[in-house]
Amino acid sequence: MDLRVNLLGYTLDNPVIPASGTFGFGYEFAEFYDINCLGSISLKGTTLEPRYGNPLPRIAECPSGLLNSIGLQNPGAQKVVAEELAKLGRVYGKKVIANVGGSAIDDYVQTASEFNNADSVFAIELNISCPNVKHGGMAFGTDPKVAAELVREVKKASTKPVMVKLSPNVTDITELAKAVEGAGADAVSLINTLVGMRIDLRTAKPILSAVSGGYSGPGVFPVALRMVYQVKKAVGIPVVGMGGIMTAYDVIEMMYAGAAAVMVGTANLVNPYACRDIIASLPRVMEELNISSLKEIIGRAHNG
Amino acid sequence: MKLTTLEVISNRQLNPRTYELILSGDIPPVKSGQFADLAVKGWFLKRPFSIADCEGGRITVLYKAIGGGTREMAGWKKGDTTDALVCIGEGFDTSACLKPLLVGGGIGAAPLYLLAKEFNAMGITPDILLAFRDKEEAYYIDEFKALGNVYLSTDNGSLGYKGNALEALKYYNLEFDRYYACGPLPMLKAFAEYSRQGQLSLEARMGCGFGACMGCSIKTKGGPKRVCKEGPVFRADEVIF
Repeated sequence: MDLRVNLLGYTLDNPVIPASGTFGFGYEFAEFYDINCLGSISLKGTTLEPRYGNPLPRIAECPSGLLNSIGLQNPGAQKVVAEELAKLGRVYGKKVIANVGGSAIDDYVQTASEFNNADSVFAIELNISCPNVKHGGMAFGTDPKVAAELVREVKKASTKPVMVKLSPNVTDITELAKAVEGAGADAVSLINTLVGMRIDLRTAKPILSAVSGGYSGPGVFPVALRMVYQVKKAVGIPVVGMGGIMTAYDVIEMMYAGAAAVMVGTANLVNPYACRDIIASLPRVMEELNISSLKEIIGRAHNG
Repeated sequence: MKLTTLEVISNRQLNPRTYELILSGDIPPVKSGQFADLAVKGWFLKRPFSIADCEGGRITVLYKAIGGGTREMAGWKKGDTTDALVCIGEGFDTSACLKPLLVGGGIGAAPLYLLAKEFNAMGITPDILLAFRDKEEAYYIDEFKALGNVYLSTDNGSLGYKGNALEALKYYNLEFDRYYACGPLPMLKAFAEYSRQGQLSLEARMGCGFGACMGCSIKTKGGPKRVCKEGPVFRADEVIF
């Protein structure tokens, strides 16, 4: 039984990658289990300068998921490279994905460049889809021309393969996928969160200080699956699928839709062992579904 | 910190909205101020509750049934089970404190019960100031009286001094070398402004409860800190309100 997949020139022992923003810089989870079982890790979104993010409350519960409006809290690129990667390196021996955010093209370019000499980083994930930062973030992910320009500039400056994380908050996600592919993106990952809001029934005020936030969790899985399927059809570069994956069955379904690897996000927040448990049950689920190699099932739903 | 399944031993109504929930299971030693994150069927996120007591493999949680999740919990019966993360966060620091003042506002008095027990074990009888909205909201008065010198206040004067916690502290002329406060944010802010010699237990809407999502980060003089991980207890002089 072969769980390995290839992503951007790197072989992952299995396709399960904790999604950016739900796993910190990884080492927090080493308190719970040996995180070396993970295929890779997508690190907490990193910006050039340190960010505190949005005021509290940043979390609102929803049926089948939650809204967050963290606002890219992070200690800044230099500290991530110098301190967080070092801390992670003590508990994780594989290569990781650095998730890069920004509010101007220059920010993204400089932040991505900070990781050029970080040996433990095998790819950059450009976050052009964060709904929780006022300038930039999702703005770069809703206009194909702007997204393409950003990708071109980052590709010039980065020595790592560049994967672009796409927003579902657009009319046609394939337009964005095609635009970034045309600009030289090496892969796309999708979906980021769906913009939503909740109102406190007692105060009649929005629960989140930022009013709206990003909805994630098993409630978005069918939307994510549909978008991964559409994007797989539209582009030739690898597609990394995410959005509400909770079980090994969801992993297989997402790979059938076209995902070369998957990211697991919100599941980590309700069960810190989620990724470990999903990876542990993959062989049993593969056996049940007569799958001997995960590589072979990527995009199977597109066949005839 | 540990993910485990806990069984309901009892779930007793203390006043119209407040409940005392006793859970048993594989529970590691608890430090006062630490909390437990309890799963409620039908709700996506676990709910954080400070641990009011811990003895012989059992923890006590005091909660107010005000939202859908806590109203669901009010219906829990002996033998029901819940998935839980237990012993989360950094608790109260009891070192080098000979004259503690414990200040609880509303349901915020909960973690002070275990704290008072810890002081008793050190041979110290703490002063305990409990502030409630009104008499109906009060709970655990006799339990606290068994552990320390209890002073009471209510907003409407139906029990103890009429006024808020800080006004009551001045009225009762309470002295301390360190205070330990848990309650609504305005109360904690008022105490932090009154004296830096204190520890504050904060609450926040949390995502994960163990430091991964940054959903509960507050601003402190030492940079952003997570209520669930570096907290919930913070020094009064470090929190930026």
